[in-house]
Amino acid sequence: MIELALRPGPALGPPSRGYSDHVRVHGPLPTIDARLVETLEQSHLLGRGGAAFPVGAKWKAVLSQKQTPVILANGAEGEPLSDKDRFLVETRPHLLIDGALAAGWALGAGRVVFYLDGRSIPSFRRALDERTDASGFAVSIVRAPHRFIAGEETAAIHCVNDNLALPLTKPPRPYQRGVAGQPTLVQNVESLAYAGLIARYGAEWFRNLGAGESPGSLLITLSGAVHTPGVTEVPAGTSVGEVIDGMGGYPGHPSAILLGGYFGGWIDARLARDLPLDPISLRARGVALGCGVIHVLPEGACGVAETAKVIEYLASESARQCGPCVFGLRALADVMTALASGEAGSEDLGLIQRWSGDIRGRGACAHPDGAASFLQSALHTFPDAFRVHQARLRCATCS
Amino acid sequence: MFLTPAAEEGDRHVLIDRIKCDGHGLCAELLPELIRLDDWGYPIIEPGPVPADLLGHARRAINACPVLALRLARLAT
Repeated sequence: MIELALRPGPALGPPSRGYSDHVRVHGPLPTIDARLVETLEQSHLLGRGGAAFPVGAKWKAVLSQKQTPVILANGAEGEPLSDKDRFLVETRPHLLIDGALAAGWALGAGRVVFYLDGRSIPSFRRALDERTDASGFAVSIVRAPHRFIAGEETAAIHCVNDNLALPLTKPPRPYQRGVAGQPTLVQNVESLAYAGLIARYGAEWFRNLGAGESPGSLLITLSGAVHTPGVTEVPAGTSVGEVIDGMGGYPGHPSAILLGGYFGGWIDARLARDLPLDPISLRARGVALGCGVIHVLPEGACGVAETAKVIEYLASESARQCGPCVFGLRALADVMTALASGEAGSEDLGLIQRWSGDIRGRGACAHPDGAASFLQSALHTFPDAFRVHQARLRCATCS
Repeated sequence: MFLTPAAEEGDRHVLIDRIKCDGHGLCAELLPELIRLDDWGYPIIEPGPVPADLLGHARRAINACPVLALRLARLAT
Protein backbone atom coordinates (compact mmCIF):
# COMPACT_ATOMS: atom_id res chain seq x y z
CA MET A 1 0.00 0.00 0.00
CA ILE A 2 1.12 3.49 -0.75
CA GLU A 3 1.47 5.75 2.27
CA LEU A 4 -0.54 8.97 2.17
CA ALA A 5 2.26 11.41 1.59
CA LEU A 6 3.34 13.48 -1.35
CA ARG A 7 6.97 14.46 -1.36
CA PRO A 8 7.00 18.08 -2.39
CA GLY A 9 9.23 19.25 -5.21
CA PRO A 10 9.92 22.72 -6.56
CA ALA A 11 6.37 23.95 -7.20
CA LEU A 12 3.62 22.47 -5.07
CA GLY A 13 4.98 23.22 -1.60
CA PRO A 14 3.94 21.59 1.68
CA PRO A 15 0.44 20.25 2.33
CA SER A 16 -1.95 23.01 3.33
CA ARG A 17 -3.98 23.01 6.53
CA GLY A 18 -6.79 25.22 5.39
CA TYR A 19 -7.03 28.21 3.11
CA SER A 20 -5.22 30.75 5.31
CA ASP A 21 -2.27 28.37 5.57
CA HIS A 22 -2.32 27.92 1.78
CA VAL A 23 -2.30 31.70 1.19
CA ARG A 24 0.55 32.11 3.66
CA VAL A 25 2.66 29.63 1.65
CA HIS A 26 1.75 30.65 -1.91
CA GLY A 27 0.42 34.17 -1.55
CA PRO A 28 -3.00 35.35 -2.70
CA LEU A 29 -4.21 34.82 -6.25
CA PRO A 30 -3.83 37.93 -8.41
CA THR A 31 -6.76 39.34 -10.41
CA ILE A 32 -7.10 37.06 -13.41
CA ASP A 33 -8.44 37.71 -16.90
CA ALA A 34 -8.03 36.27 -20.42
CA ARG A 35 -4.38 37.34 -20.51
CA LEU A 36 -3.59 34.27 -18.40
CA VAL A 37 -4.14 32.17 -21.53
CA GLU A 38 -1.17 33.82 -23.19
CA THR A 39 0.91 33.38 -20.03
CA LEU A 40 0.08 29.67 -20.04
CA GLU A 41 1.15 29.39 -23.66
CA GLN A 42 4.45 31.05 -22.77
CA SER A 43 4.90 28.71 -19.81
CA HIS A 44 4.93 25.66 -22.14
CA LEU A 45 2.93 23.72 -19.57
CA LEU A 46 1.80 20.38 -21.00
CA GLY A 47 -1.24 18.56 -19.64
CA ARG A 48 -0.50 16.01 -16.94
CA GLY A 49 -3.51 13.76 -17.48
CA GLY A 50 -1.65 11.51 -19.90
CA ALA A 51 -1.77 13.08 -23.36
CA ALA A 52 0.66 15.95 -22.64
CA PHE A 53 -1.43 18.36 -24.73
CA PRO A 54 -0.32 22.03 -24.46
CA VAL A 55 -2.47 23.64 -21.78
CA GLY A 56 -2.39 27.14 -23.28
CA ALA A 57 -3.60 25.85 -26.65
CA LYS A 58 -6.47 24.01 -24.98
CA TRP A 59 -7.58 27.12 -23.07
CA LYS A 60 -7.32 29.17 -26.26
CA ALA A 61 -9.58 26.75 -28.13
CA VAL A 62 -12.22 27.10 -25.39
CA LEU A 63 -11.81 30.88 -25.38
CA SER A 64 -12.44 31.01 -29.15
CA GLN A 65 -15.98 29.61 -28.73
CA LYS A 66 -18.98 31.93 -28.58
CA GLN A 67 -20.92 30.33 -25.75
CA THR A 68 -20.13 30.60 -22.04
CA PRO A 69 -17.78 27.75 -21.17
CA VAL A 70 -17.70 25.25 -18.34
CA ILE A 71 -14.55 24.24 -16.42
CA LEU A 72 -14.31 20.52 -15.66
CA ALA A 73 -11.45 19.72 -13.26
CA ASN A 74 -10.64 16.09 -13.99
CA GLY A 75 -9.49 14.10 -10.97
CA ALA A 76 -10.80 10.73 -12.16
CA GLU A 77 -7.67 8.69 -11.94
CA GLY A 78 -8.69 5.45 -13.63
CA GLU A 79 -5.14 4.17 -13.99
CA PRO A 80 -4.71 1.66 -11.12
CA LEU A 81 -0.97 2.37 -10.76
CA SER A 82 -1.44 6.13 -10.40
CA ASP A 83 -2.25 7.90 -7.16
CA LYS A 84 -0.90 11.37 -7.82
CA ASP A 85 -4.20 13.08 -8.59
CA ARG A 86 -5.86 11.79 -5.44
CA PHE A 87 -2.85 12.79 -3.32
CA LEU A 88 -2.84 16.25 -4.82
CA VAL A 89 -6.57 16.73 -4.21
CA GLU A 90 -6.35 15.41 -0.65
CA THR A 91 -3.20 17.21 0.46
CA ARG A 92 -3.32 20.45 -1.56
CA PRO A 93 -6.97 21.04 -2.45
CA HIS A 94 -6.55 24.81 -2.61
CA LEU A 95 -3.97 24.55 -5.40
CA LEU A 96 -6.58 22.76 -7.48
CA ILE A 97 -9.30 25.23 -6.54
CA ASP A 98 -6.96 28.12 -7.45
CA GLY A 99 -6.34 26.62 -10.89
CA ALA A 100 -9.99 25.87 -11.58
CA LEU A 101 -11.09 29.35 -10.54
CA ALA A 102 -8.25 30.87 -12.56
CA ALA A 103 -9.55 28.95 -15.59
CA GLY A 104 -13.05 30.18 -14.83
CA TRP A 105 -11.97 33.84 -14.70
CA ALA A 106 -9.62 33.59 -17.69
CA LEU A 107 -12.21 31.93 -19.93
CA GLY A 108 -15.31 33.69 -18.60
CA ALA A 109 -16.92 30.46 -17.40
CA GLY A 110 -20.21 30.30 -15.55
CA ARG A 111 -19.81 26.87 -14.07
CA VAL A 112 -16.97 24.90 -12.47
CA VAL A 113 -17.27 21.14 -11.96
CA PHE A 114 -14.85 19.09 -9.85
CA TYR A 115 -14.91 15.49 -11.07
CA LEU A 116 -13.18 13.53 -8.33
CA ASP A 117 -12.46 10.17 -6.77
CA GLY A 118 -15.12 9.54 -4.12
CA ARG A 119 -12.48 9.05 -1.41
CA SER A 120 -11.28 12.65 -1.83
CA ILE A 121 -14.68 14.31 -1.85
CA PRO A 122 -15.37 14.84 1.91
CA SER A 123 -12.07 16.64 2.57
CA PHE A 124 -12.28 18.50 -0.72
CA ARG A 125 -15.78 19.74 0.11
CA ARG A 126 -14.48 21.22 3.37
CA ALA A 127 -11.73 23.04 1.45
CA LEU A 128 -14.21 24.33 -1.11
CA ASP A 129 -16.48 25.65 1.66
CA GLU A 130 -13.67 28.00 2.70
CA ARG A 131 -13.46 29.62 -0.73
CA THR A 132 -15.61 32.72 -0.80
CA ASP A 133 -13.82 33.71 -4.01
CA ALA A 134 -15.66 30.88 -5.81
CA SER A 135 -19.02 32.58 -5.30
CA GLY A 136 -19.13 33.96 -8.83
CA PHE A 137 -19.43 30.47 -10.29
CA ALA A 138 -21.96 27.66 -10.07
CA VAL A 139 -19.64 25.11 -8.44
CA SER A 140 -20.37 21.41 -8.11
CA ILE A 141 -18.58 18.19 -7.20
CA VAL A 142 -19.28 15.02 -9.18
CA ARG A 143 -18.03 11.62 -8.09
CA ALA A 144 -16.02 9.77 -10.74
CA PRO A 145 -16.68 6.02 -10.81
CA HIS A 146 -13.78 3.60 -10.28
CA ARG A 147 -13.27 2.62 -13.89
CA PHE A 148 -10.21 2.84 -16.07
CA ILE A 149 -11.97 4.88 -18.74
CA ALA A 150 -13.88 7.21 -16.37
CA GLY A 151 -11.24 9.92 -16.80
CA GLU A 152 -11.33 9.97 -20.61
CA GLU A 153 -12.44 13.51 -21.37
CA THR A 154 -15.75 12.71 -23.07
CA ALA A 155 -16.50 10.04 -20.43
CA ALA A 156 -16.07 12.76 -17.80
CA ILE A 157 -18.49 15.02 -19.70
CA HIS A 158 -20.94 12.15 -20.19
CA CYS A 159 -20.80 11.39 -16.45
CA VAL A 160 -21.49 15.00 -15.47
CA ASN A 161 -24.33 15.25 -18.01
CA ASP A 162 -25.98 11.84 -17.70
CA ASN A 163 -24.26 10.02 -14.83
CA LEU A 164 -22.79 7.61 -17.39
CA ALA A 165 -18.97 7.65 -17.52
CA LEU A 166 -18.57 6.25 -21.03
CA PRO A 167 -16.67 7.87 -23.90
CA LEU A 168 -18.62 9.65 -26.62
CA THR A 169 -18.02 9.81 -30.36
CA LYS A 170 -15.82 12.76 -31.37
CA PRO A 171 -16.38 15.29 -32.86
CA PRO A 172 -17.75 17.30 -31.20
CA ARG A 173 -14.66 17.82 -29.07
CA PRO A 174 -15.12 18.98 -25.48
CA TYR A 175 -13.97 22.53 -26.31
CA GLN A 176 -16.81 22.69 -28.84
CA ARG A 177 -19.59 21.01 -26.90
CA GLY A 178 -19.31 19.38 -23.50
CA VAL A 179 -21.04 19.81 -20.16
CA ALA A 180 -24.69 20.86 -20.78
CA GLY A 181 -23.77 21.32 -24.44
CA GLN A 182 -21.45 24.24 -23.58
CA PRO A 183 -17.79 24.54 -24.61
CA THR A 184 -15.88 22.76 -21.87
CA LEU A 185 -12.31 22.86 -20.62
CA VAL A 186 -11.53 19.35 -19.38
CA GLN A 187 -8.25 19.67 -17.54
CA ASN A 188 -6.41 17.27 -15.26
CA VAL A 189 -6.20 18.43 -11.62
CA GLU A 190 -2.39 18.49 -11.58
CA SER A 191 -2.33 20.68 -14.69
CA LEU A 192 -4.80 23.06 -13.03
CA ALA A 193 -2.65 23.25 -9.90
CA TYR A 194 0.30 24.45 -12.02
CA ALA A 195 -1.95 26.89 -13.87
CA GLY A 196 -2.89 28.49 -10.55
CA LEU A 197 0.78 28.80 -9.60
CA ILE A 198 1.71 30.20 -13.02
CA ALA A 199 -1.04 32.81 -12.54
CA ARG A 200 0.85 33.93 -9.41
CA TYR A 201 4.50 33.60 -10.35
CA GLY A 202 4.46 33.87 -14.15
CA ALA A 203 5.50 31.83 -17.18
CA GLU A 204 9.21 32.33 -16.68
CA TRP A 205 9.11 30.92 -13.15
CA PHE A 206 7.60 27.72 -14.52
CA ARG A 207 9.93 27.52 -17.50
CA ASN A 208 12.89 27.76 -15.14
CA LEU A 209 11.79 24.75 -13.16
CA GLY A 210 13.28 21.50 -14.36
CA ALA A 211 15.90 20.63 -16.93
CA GLY A 212 13.78 18.75 -19.43
CA GLU A 213 12.89 19.75 -22.97
CA SER A 214 9.47 20.59 -21.58
CA PRO A 215 9.68 22.62 -18.39
CA GLY A 216 8.14 22.62 -14.98
CA SER A 217 7.49 20.14 -12.33
CA LEU A 218 5.63 16.84 -12.37
CA LEU A 219 4.10 14.26 -10.09
CA ILE A 220 5.29 10.68 -10.24
CA THR A 221 3.67 7.60 -8.67
CA LEU A 222 6.31 4.98 -7.89
CA SER A 223 5.18 1.40 -7.28
CA GLY A 224 6.11 -2.25 -7.74
CA ALA A 225 9.33 -3.79 -6.45
CA VAL A 226 10.73 -0.68 -4.72
CA HIS A 227 11.60 0.00 -1.10
CA THR A 228 9.33 3.05 -0.74
CA PRO A 229 6.33 3.27 -3.05
CA GLY A 230 4.60 6.64 -3.11
CA VAL A 231 4.00 9.90 -4.89
CA THR A 232 6.70 12.49 -5.42
CA GLU A 233 7.03 15.82 -7.18
CA VAL A 234 10.19 16.21 -9.25
CA PRO A 235 11.54 18.81 -11.67
CA ALA A 236 10.86 17.78 -15.28
CA GLY A 237 13.94 16.15 -16.75
CA THR A 238 14.80 14.19 -13.61
CA SER A 239 15.80 10.69 -14.70
CA VAL A 240 13.80 7.58 -13.86
CA GLY A 241 16.78 6.23 -11.90
CA GLU A 242 17.08 9.44 -9.85
CA VAL A 243 13.41 9.23 -8.87
CA ILE A 244 13.73 5.59 -7.83
CA ASP A 245 16.98 6.12 -5.92
CA GLY A 246 15.59 9.27 -4.30
CA MET A 247 12.85 7.13 -2.83
CA GLY A 248 15.12 4.42 -1.52
CA GLY A 249 15.83 2.35 -4.63
CA TYR A 250 14.81 -1.24 -5.26
CA PRO A 251 15.97 -4.66 -4.10
CA GLY A 252 17.84 -6.92 -6.52
CA HIS A 253 18.14 -6.38 -10.26
CA PRO A 254 14.74 -5.89 -11.88
CA SER A 255 14.59 -6.62 -15.60
CA ALA A 256 12.00 -4.08 -16.67
CA ILE A 257 10.15 -0.93 -15.68
CA LEU A 258 6.66 0.05 -16.71
CA LEU A 259 6.68 3.73 -17.55
CA GLY A 260 3.52 5.78 -18.05
CA GLY A 261 1.07 3.20 -16.75
CA TYR A 262 -1.08 0.83 -18.76
CA PHE A 263 -1.17 3.24 -21.70
CA GLY A 264 2.61 3.53 -21.51
CA GLY A 265 4.90 0.58 -21.87
CA TRP A 266 7.63 -1.72 -20.61
CA ILE A 267 11.25 -0.69 -20.95
CA ASP A 268 14.40 -2.60 -20.12
CA ALA A 269 15.29 -1.49 -16.57
CA ARG A 270 18.83 -0.39 -17.40
CA LEU A 271 17.69 1.68 -20.38
CA ALA A 272 14.82 3.15 -18.37
CA ARG A 273 17.03 4.43 -15.55
CA ASP A 274 18.65 7.07 -17.77
CA LEU A 275 15.44 8.33 -19.36
CA PRO A 276 14.63 11.96 -18.50
CA LEU A 277 11.09 12.38 -17.20
CA ASP A 278 9.51 14.96 -19.39
CA PRO A 279 6.91 14.31 -22.06
CA ILE A 280 8.86 15.82 -24.97
CA SER A 281 12.17 14.03 -24.35
CA LEU A 282 10.36 10.76 -23.80
CA ARG A 283 8.22 11.14 -26.90
CA ALA A 284 11.38 11.64 -28.95
CA ARG A 285 12.50 8.24 -27.66
CA GLY A 286 9.17 6.60 -28.48
CA VAL A 287 8.10 6.46 -24.84
CA ALA A 288 5.15 8.11 -23.09
CA LEU A 289 5.20 9.82 -19.70
CA GLY A 290 1.46 9.17 -19.55
CA CYS A 291 0.17 10.03 -16.10
CA GLY A 292 3.62 9.77 -14.51
CA VAL A 293 3.67 6.14 -13.39
CA ILE A 294 6.92 4.30 -12.70
CA HIS A 295 6.31 0.65 -11.84
CA VAL A 296 9.25 -1.69 -11.24
CA LEU A 297 8.82 -5.33 -12.27
CA PRO A 298 10.24 -7.51 -9.47
CA GLU A 299 13.41 -9.44 -10.28
CA GLY A 300 12.38 -12.90 -11.40
CA ALA A 301 8.87 -11.92 -12.48
CA CYS A 302 7.86 -13.00 -15.99
CA GLY A 303 7.08 -10.18 -18.40
CA VAL A 304 4.66 -12.37 -20.37
CA ALA A 305 2.66 -13.26 -17.26
CA GLU A 306 2.56 -9.63 -16.08
CA THR A 307 1.54 -8.41 -19.51
CA ALA A 308 -1.23 -11.02 -19.69
CA LYS A 309 -2.65 -9.73 -16.40
CA VAL A 310 -2.66 -6.13 -17.61
CA ILE A 311 -4.28 -6.99 -20.96
CA GLU A 312 -6.92 -9.05 -19.17
CA TYR A 313 -7.60 -6.03 -16.96
CA LEU A 314 -7.80 -3.64 -19.93
CA ALA A 315 -10.16 -6.02 -21.76
CA SER A 316 -12.41 -6.18 -18.71
CA GLU A 317 -12.35 -2.37 -18.49
CA SER A 318 -13.54 -1.79 -22.05
CA ALA A 319 -16.58 0.50 -22.12
CA ARG A 320 -18.10 -2.22 -24.33
CA GLN A 321 -19.30 0.32 -26.86
CA CYS A 322 -17.09 -0.34 -29.90
CA GLY A 323 -16.77 -3.79 -31.50
CA PRO A 324 -13.01 -3.74 -32.20
CA CYS A 325 -12.36 -2.92 -28.52
CA VAL A 326 -14.95 -5.34 -27.05
CA PHE A 327 -13.96 -8.32 -29.19
CA GLY A 328 -10.38 -7.42 -30.10
CA LEU A 329 -9.20 -6.84 -26.54
CA ARG A 330 -11.04 -9.95 -25.34
CA ALA A 331 -9.35 -12.05 -28.05
CA LEU A 332 -5.95 -10.54 -27.22
CA ALA A 333 -6.45 -11.16 -23.51
CA ASP A 334 -7.43 -14.79 -24.14
CA VAL A 335 -4.38 -15.40 -26.32
CA MET A 336 -2.08 -13.70 -23.81
CA THR A 337 -3.53 -15.75 -20.95
CA ALA A 338 -3.06 -18.98 -22.90
CA LEU A 339 0.48 -17.94 -23.78
CA ALA A 340 1.30 -17.08 -20.18
CA SER A 341 -0.06 -20.35 -18.83
CA GLY A 342 1.94 -22.53 -21.22
CA GLU A 343 -0.97 -23.30 -23.53
CA ALA A 344 0.08 -21.28 -26.54
CA GLY A 345 -1.23 -22.14 -29.98
CA SER A 346 1.35 -22.18 -32.77
CA GLU A 347 -0.09 -19.01 -34.34
CA ASP A 348 -0.42 -16.98 -31.17
CA LEU A 349 2.47 -14.52 -31.57
CA GLY A 350 1.29 -13.79 -35.09
CA LEU A 351 -2.26 -13.23 -33.88
CA ILE A 352 -1.07 -10.81 -31.20
CA GLN A 353 0.85 -8.85 -33.84
CA ARG A 354 -2.02 -8.75 -36.31
CA TRP A 355 -4.81 -8.03 -33.86
CA SER A 356 -2.93 -5.33 -31.97
CA GLY A 357 -2.42 -3.63 -35.34
CA ASP A 358 -6.06 -4.16 -36.34
CA ILE A 359 -7.61 -2.52 -33.27
CA ARG A 360 -5.60 0.71 -33.43
CA GLY A 361 -7.63 3.84 -34.06
CA ARG A 362 -10.85 1.85 -34.15
CA GLY A 363 -12.53 2.91 -30.94
CA ALA A 364 -14.41 6.06 -29.96
CA CYS A 365 -11.60 6.59 -27.45
CA ALA A 366 -7.96 5.50 -27.34
CA HIS A 367 -8.54 2.47 -25.10
CA PRO A 368 -7.72 -0.09 -27.82
CA ASP A 369 -4.74 1.99 -28.96
CA GLY A 370 -3.35 2.09 -25.43
CA ALA A 371 -3.65 -1.67 -25.06
CA ALA A 372 -2.02 -2.22 -28.46
CA SER A 373 0.95 0.02 -27.57
CA PHE A 374 1.33 -1.73 -24.24
CA LEU A 375 1.45 -5.13 -25.99
CA GLN A 376 3.98 -3.89 -28.52
CA SER A 377 6.23 -2.67 -25.71
CA ALA A 378 6.00 -6.11 -24.07
CA LEU A 379 6.95 -7.90 -27.31
CA HIS A 380 9.89 -5.53 -27.67
CA THR A 381 11.08 -5.75 -24.04
CA PHE A 382 10.57 -9.46 -23.33
CA PRO A 383 11.42 -11.20 -26.64
CA ASP A 384 13.04 -14.20 -24.96
CA ALA A 385 10.16 -14.79 -22.57
CA PHE A 386 7.67 -14.58 -25.45
CA ARG A 387 9.74 -17.11 -27.45
CA VAL A 388 9.86 -19.52 -24.51
CA HIS A 389 6.11 -19.24 -23.95
CA GLN A 390 5.27 -19.54 -27.63
CA ALA A 391 7.38 -22.70 -27.86
CA ARG A 392 5.67 -24.02 -24.70
CA LEU A 393 9.07 -24.49 -23.14
CA ARG A 394 9.50 -24.31 -19.39
CA CYS A 395 9.61 -20.64 -18.39
CA ALA A 396 12.29 -20.27 -15.69
CA THR A 397 10.47 -17.37 -14.01
CA CYS A 398 6.90 -18.72 -14.25
CA SER A 399 7.49 -22.17 -12.83
CA MET B 1 -8.38 17.88 -37.61
CA PHE B 2 -11.78 19.45 -38.13
CA LEU B 3 -14.70 17.96 -39.98
CA THR B 4 -16.93 20.05 -42.13
CA PRO B 5 -20.01 18.34 -43.52
CA ALA B 6 -20.75 21.31 -45.77
CA ALA B 7 -19.99 21.21 -49.47
CA GLU B 8 -16.63 22.94 -49.42
CA GLU B 9 -13.45 22.14 -51.21
CA GLY B 10 -11.71 18.99 -50.06
CA ASP B 11 -11.69 15.26 -50.54
CA ARG B 12 -14.42 13.13 -49.09
CA HIS B 13 -13.70 10.40 -46.57
CA VAL B 14 -15.84 7.58 -45.24
CA LEU B 15 -16.22 8.21 -41.51
CA ILE B 16 -17.59 5.76 -39.02
CA ASP B 17 -19.24 6.17 -35.64
CA ARG B 18 -17.62 3.28 -33.78
CA ILE B 19 -20.18 3.36 -30.99
CA LYS B 20 -23.11 3.05 -33.41
CA CYS B 21 -21.49 0.35 -35.57
CA ASP B 22 -22.80 -3.14 -34.74
CA GLY B 23 -20.77 -5.03 -37.30
CA HIS B 24 -23.58 -5.84 -39.73
CA GLY B 25 -20.97 -5.87 -42.49
CA LEU B 26 -23.05 -4.59 -45.42
CA CYS B 27 -20.55 -1.79 -46.03
CA ALA B 28 -17.75 -4.25 -46.74
CA GLU B 29 -19.97 -6.11 -49.18
CA LEU B 30 -20.94 -2.97 -51.06
CA LEU B 31 -17.56 -1.23 -50.96
CA PRO B 32 -14.92 -3.98 -50.81
CA GLU B 33 -12.41 -1.68 -52.51
CA LEU B 34 -12.20 0.47 -49.36
CA ILE B 35 -13.72 -1.55 -46.54
CA ARG B 36 -12.79 -4.97 -45.20
CA LEU B 37 -13.91 -6.70 -42.04
CA ASP B 38 -11.74 -7.68 -39.09
CA ASP B 39 -11.87 -11.12 -37.47
CA TRP B 40 -14.97 -10.07 -35.52
CA GLY B 41 -16.90 -8.61 -38.43
CA TYR B 42 -16.24 -4.92 -37.84
CA PRO B 43 -15.17 -2.67 -40.71
CA ILE B 44 -11.59 -1.59 -41.32
CA ILE B 45 -11.67 1.42 -43.61
CA GLU B 46 -8.85 2.19 -46.01
CA PRO B 47 -7.33 5.52 -44.92
CA GLY B 48 -7.43 8.43 -47.30
CA PRO B 49 -10.07 10.06 -49.48
CA VAL B 50 -12.61 8.14 -51.53
CA PRO B 51 -11.53 8.03 -55.20
CA ALA B 52 -14.02 9.84 -57.45
CA ASP B 53 -15.00 6.67 -59.32
CA LEU B 54 -15.99 4.98 -56.04
CA LEU B 55 -18.14 7.81 -54.65
CA GLY B 56 -21.36 6.22 -55.92
CA HIS B 57 -20.50 2.88 -54.33
CA ALA B 58 -19.49 4.64 -51.14
CA ARG B 59 -22.85 6.42 -50.95
CA ARG B 60 -24.67 3.13 -51.51
CA ALA B 61 -22.68 1.46 -48.72
CA ILE B 62 -23.35 4.36 -46.38
CA ASN B 63 -27.07 4.32 -47.08
CA ALA B 64 -27.23 0.55 -46.59
CA CYS B 65 -25.89 0.67 -43.03
CA PRO B 66 -28.77 -0.50 -40.80
CA VAL B 67 -27.65 1.68 -37.87
CA LEU B 68 -26.52 4.72 -39.90
CA ALA B 69 -22.99 4.51 -38.52
CA LEU B 70 -21.31 5.74 -41.71
CA ARG B 71 -21.13 9.07 -43.43
CA LEU B 72 -19.15 10.92 -46.05
CA ALA B 73 -17.39 14.06 -44.87
CA ARG B 74 -14.71 16.40 -46.04
CA LEU B 75 -11.65 16.79 -43.88
CA ALA B 76 -10.48 20.37 -43.67
CA THR B 77 -7.16 21.14 -42.05
